[in-house]
Parts: sequence; C-alpha cells; structure tokens
Amino acid sequence: MYAAHTNDHGHDEHSHKPSGIMRWVQSTNHKDIGTMYLWFSFAMFLVGGAMAMIIRAELFQPGLQIVKPEFFNSMTTYHGLIMVFGAIMPAFVGFANWLIPMQIGAPDMAFPRMNNLSFWLLPPAALLLIAAQFAPGGGAGVGWTLYAPLSTQAGPAMDLTIFAIHILGMSSIMGSINIITTILNMRAPGMTLMKMPLFCWTWLITAYLLVAVMPVLAGAVTMTLTDRHFGTHFFNAAGGGDPVLYQHIFWFFGHPEVYVIAIPAFGVVSQVIPAFSRKPLFGYASMVYATASIAILSFMVWAHHMYTAGMPVEAQLYFMYATVLIAVPTGVKVFNWVATMWKGSLTFETPMLFALGFLFLFTLGGFTGLVLSIVPVDIQLHDTYYVVAHFHYVMVAGALFSAFAGIYFWLPKWTGRMYNETLGKWHFWLSLVFFNVTFFVQHFLGLAGMPRRIPDYSLQFAEFNMISSIGAFGFGLSQLLFLYIVIKTITSGEKAADRQWEGADSLEWTHLPSPAPWHSFETPPVVK
Amino acid sequence: MKNERANRRMMTRLSIFAIAMFGFGFALVPFYEKICQVTGINDLIKPAAAVVNTQVDKSRWITLEFDANTRGMDWDFNPVQRSVRVHPGEMIQIEYDVRNNSEKAMVGQAIVSYGPRYAASHVKKLECFCFKMQPMQAGEAKRMPVQFVVDATLPAEVNTITLSYTFFEVEGASTAPLKSGGKS
Repeated sequence: MYAAHTNDHGHDEHSHKPSGIMRWVQSTNHKDIGTMYLWFSFAMFLVGGAMAMIIRAELFQPGLQIVKPEFFNSMTTYHGLIMVFGAIMPAFVGFANWLIPMQIGAPDMAFPRMNNLSFWLLPPAALLLIAAQFAPGGGAGVGWTLYAPLSTQAGPAMDLTIFAIHILGMSSIMGSINIITTILNMRAPGMTLMKMPLFCWTWLITAYLLVAVMPVLAGAVTMTLTDRHFGTHFFNAAGGGDPVLYQHIFWFFGHPEVYVIAIPAFGVVSQVIPAFSRKPLFGYASMVYATASIAILSFMVWAHHMYTAGMPVEAQLYFMYATVLIAVPTGVKVFNWVATMWKGSLTFETPMLFALGFLFLFTLGGFTGLVLSIVPVDIQLHDTYYVVAHFHYVMVAGALFSAFAGIYFWLPKWTGRMYNETLGKWHFWLSLVFFNVTFFVQHFLGLAGMPRRIPDYSLQFAEFNMISSIGAFGFGLSQLLFLYIVIKTITSGEKAADRQWEGADSLEWTHLPSPAPWHSFETPPVVK
Repeated sequence: MKNERANRRMMTRLSIFAIAMFGFGFALVPFYEKICQVTGINDLIKPAAAVVNTQVDKSRWITLEFDANTRGMDWDFNPVQRSVRVHPGEMIQIEYDVRNNSEKAMVGQAIVSYGPRYAASHVKKLECFCFKMQPMQAGEAKRMPVQFVVDATLPAEVNTITLSYTFFEVEGASTAPLKSGGKS
C-alpha cells in the first residue's frame, strides 16, 4: 500500500523544497520544523549541560574553588530553566511535529505558519536566558522556581528571564493549540481516537495541560514583573501581598508541568516497548485512561511542593493523600509496559535499552517521589539533595532516556539511514552507569542533610560529592558520543529499511518509505 | 474548505481557553486571600487581633495598695494612686512621682517588699523602675511606671496586697542620665 503513496508523492518530493537558509526560516513543513526543534533542544541540552558541569566542578570538593557563590546560584537557576523549557520540552515538541501528522495520516500540522512561529520564538527566548548572564549583577540566582521575594528583588537579569518565560509560554501555547487541532480534526478516515498510537494520545493530553497551565505561569511572572517595576504588591508583604501566594500559583503550573515533561515520554516508551516485544501494547485503553487521570490529578496536588511553607495540617493531609493517589495510574502504566514484554519476543537494540533504562529508573524516581509525598518525611528532606536525586531520576532517566529511545527508534525513519548499533549501545551503557554514579549517591547526601543550591558543603559530604561529580563529567562526555552517532548516521549511516523495526506498526512505518518524504499523506490513508 | 473552518474554530476556542487561564492565574490572588480569611490562616487583610488575656479571673476582686518610702535621702517619693481594685490576671500599670530635693545629683535604687510576703511570687512585674538604678539630677522630677500582673493562682484568702517601695542611695554610682526608660 505504501508503494502507491510514494508514487503519488514522488514528483513533488524535491521540486517545491526551497533551498538554503530560507528553507528553514520560512518553513511550514512539519518535518523541517520537527528537525529544527530537535536540533535546538540538543543545543540547549549542551548549554544546560555545560552549566551542570560548572555546578558539579564547584561541588567536586568542599570549599569555594572555581566560581563565586552568586555565579553558582545563577548556574543552578539557568540549568533548570534551560533544561526544562529549552531542552526537554522542545525535544518532545520536535517528536510531536515529526510524528503526529504521520501517525494519524495527516498531510501536515493544522496551522503550519503558526507552527513556524512557535519554533522561531524559541531562539530569542534562549538568547534572553543566556544574555541574562551578562546583565549587571550577573544572572538571577533565584532558582528555577523564581520564588518571591528573592525574584522581586533580583537584578535586571530577572527581567530578561521573565520575558524569556513569556516568549517560551507563547511558543508552547501555540504549539499545543496546533497539536490539539491536528489530532482532533485531521485524522485519516477510520483513525478513531482509540486507534491512535499512544504517542498521539499522550501528546493530546499534554497539549491540554500546556494550554491550561502555561498561561498561569505567564500570569505569575507578570505579577513578579509588575511587583518589581509598577508598584503592585502581589507578593510584597509590606504592601499587603504574600510571597507564599507566588508558591501556590507557581506550583499550580509547576506540578502539571512535570507531567508535561513525563507524559510524552510515556508515549514514546509506549511505542518502543511493543515494537521490540513484537506484541501490541498491553492494556491500550487503560493506558489512555491512566494518562488522562494522571493529568487530571496533577492539578490537585500542587502544594506537596510546599509542605514547609506553612499550611494547616488538614491541607497537608489532603495533598499527601492526593499525591499518593497518583501512584495508582502510574502503577497501571508501569504494569502495562511490563505486561507488554511478558512472553514477547524481546530484542535489545538501543531504543529498547533506553526504554528499559527508562522503565527501571523512572520507577525508582517514582518511588522516591512517594517517599517525598509523605509530609513528615518531606519536612525533613525538603530542599535537600534527596529531592535533587528524585527529580533527576524522573527528568533525566525518565524524560531524557525516553527521548534518546525515541531518537534511536525514529532516526531510520527520519534520515533514511541506520545508526551504528554498537556505538548506540555504548552510549546507552555509559549514560546508564554514569547517570547512576551521579545521582544515586545524591540520595545519601540528601538523607544526611546536605541542602541543595549551596556552593559549599560540610566535610562529611566530600566523598559522595566527589563520586557524584565524576559521574556527572562522565555523563556529560557520553552525550558528545551521542552527537557523534547522530551526525555519523546522517552523513554515512547504512540505508535503513522502510519498516526498520518489524514490530513497529504505526502508519509512519507501514505506509511511508524511509526517509519519510517531505510531503506525506496528502491523500489520507484509509485505516481499517 | 470545511476542515479549515473547523480548525479555525478550534483555534479560537483554545485561544479563549488560554486567555481565560491567564485570567485564572490572577483570579487566584483574591481567591487565596479569601481562603486565608475564611479559614483564618495567614490573615492578610485584618491586622493581627489584640492579644487577649484569657487568664483573667473576673469572679474575684483584689485591692492593691501602694506605699513609698525613702531611706536617708532628701527625695519626694509618692504613688500617683494610693490603691486600685483589679481582677487577678489583669495587666496593671501604676506610676510613682519622684523628686530629688537635694542640691546634688544622686543615684537611688528602689527595693520592693510585699504584704503579705507570700504574695510576692504572684506579682509578675513586666516593667519597674526598681529594675534599674535611677540617677536623679539636683531638683529633677520624674514619673516612673510599674507594670505587672497578679496571677490568678493567688490564694483565695488574700484580698489585699501592699507593695511598698523604698529608695536607697547608691553611693559612688554614675549619675549620668539613663539611656532609656524612666525619663518621662
């Protein structure tokens, strides 16, 4: 069937493609925009990674050796902001752009020009975040959460950061509107919602989350901005405001935001694991419902980030129980992934290895999350390295590993060339080992009471910090291997088959050649 | 094209939703204040309520009498009020007038005694001129406060307490005026 399609599109595959830089600047093609998103996010991943290296270099030994404390604070702040808003989110939007139209049999995204704008808002935002480092007084060392009152008193870098967040928010909202409209209105005949690949489902839910919460963050930073310059007192206690209010508004955004990052990762893994188990995904419908209930619950648990900010014990109990409840749908998902592999014909190519790494380490991060959801434990562990270890297990071993799995999985489809399997496996094992060397010991540091975001520490923490720093340097270097693998694939990889993974059954594998043509599904396929 | 119109309608709806959520962020501000107000946590609007003494025993009256003496000093020393009637647990402030009639600066230290003696442990003084040495220049006059609570555990048989202050001269102490307190 796909042969017919390739003939249909063969004639315009190259003829209308503009050349040179303007192809990218003016692009309205979902595949080109997806590619730009992915490269942009990788560049930001390296920038945010370099900041992490500075942080770990300073923490290599106790005492202050390399950077000044203010610069260290700025690094922790922008490492967080750049990794969340610059690296992980755009990476998954890149996946969405590439894959959603192909997986639902649509010719492109619903609003191609808006898609172009969504992408091109990102580089100015990234430049603002980087320029903030050179503002008078240096970068804003307020932490990625931008808590008032520190953020209302920080230097001019804070204003640049606020504008960057406004721009990033607009980009995300436009991207999400595009994704929702594409999925709801542009599916091929016969592609019912419950037949969509799970990746599309997870992005549909994520996009709704983004449209709901990014404006709230924009509101919060707007209030910070007017408090700073226009005499309002939203967060200024002296004027009748309350800094704790900022925390509530921020986490009303912030908790759904962690699922904005995690849910597309679930989607990628839900495509990869069945392909390498050669079985359909176990419990497809329950996966959809579990994802939706995680998304709904994520609006009801925000204050578990602020148990120590002061709230009545009844509220603490409510937020504790509601948080523990999220473990149920998450458990359903983990169970379904494991059940998918049960009695499957498993093979362990690089995408599957990363998906399995995700499964193990994300579950571990989920468990430490459960530990932190318990009020009396959290009051002890709040703002320690235990929290740092927890969210790096879900952000790095969760979202990032899943992104790696997805890139190795779809690289043959995107480029028409196969990556080097041996190097891919090296990348996985180096990442896995160094990730755990970096972050596993941070659990112990946190349990022993080492506070986060502090450039110096007590001597008792020296050994674990040195181990963690060595792991971080190794992890950072391993990612350069990834860059090499991708470039090598694009320039001189072996030719990939149209259906490179015989277990993969979504439309981009079954109906389109590799590499996927520039225009695909101009005539929608019929899905039975 | 039909699809295009449906897409535009969807975009309009989602944009309105996004703008509404931006407004919702701001709506959280009064909502938060209201919640804090209703539940009484972290009340931002009202000033903190005055501290209420719940230990006041309204069922009892006691009489406090004030006495003043000087020992070998040419000072006038008299309570402004000779006596007050109060409930145990109430905060009381009374004042004494002091005047140095001599030709030289002197330093005095007041010592209190109680009648009955065991009432002493039930009179909790928060502020008293007897806490410090009091330098007085020649001819200087002052009004000095005593602030105290008679606690409600005062034995039932006591209905009158006498506080008797006596000023003694402290020879050789610095007569420089005190930095704070006792200046009125």
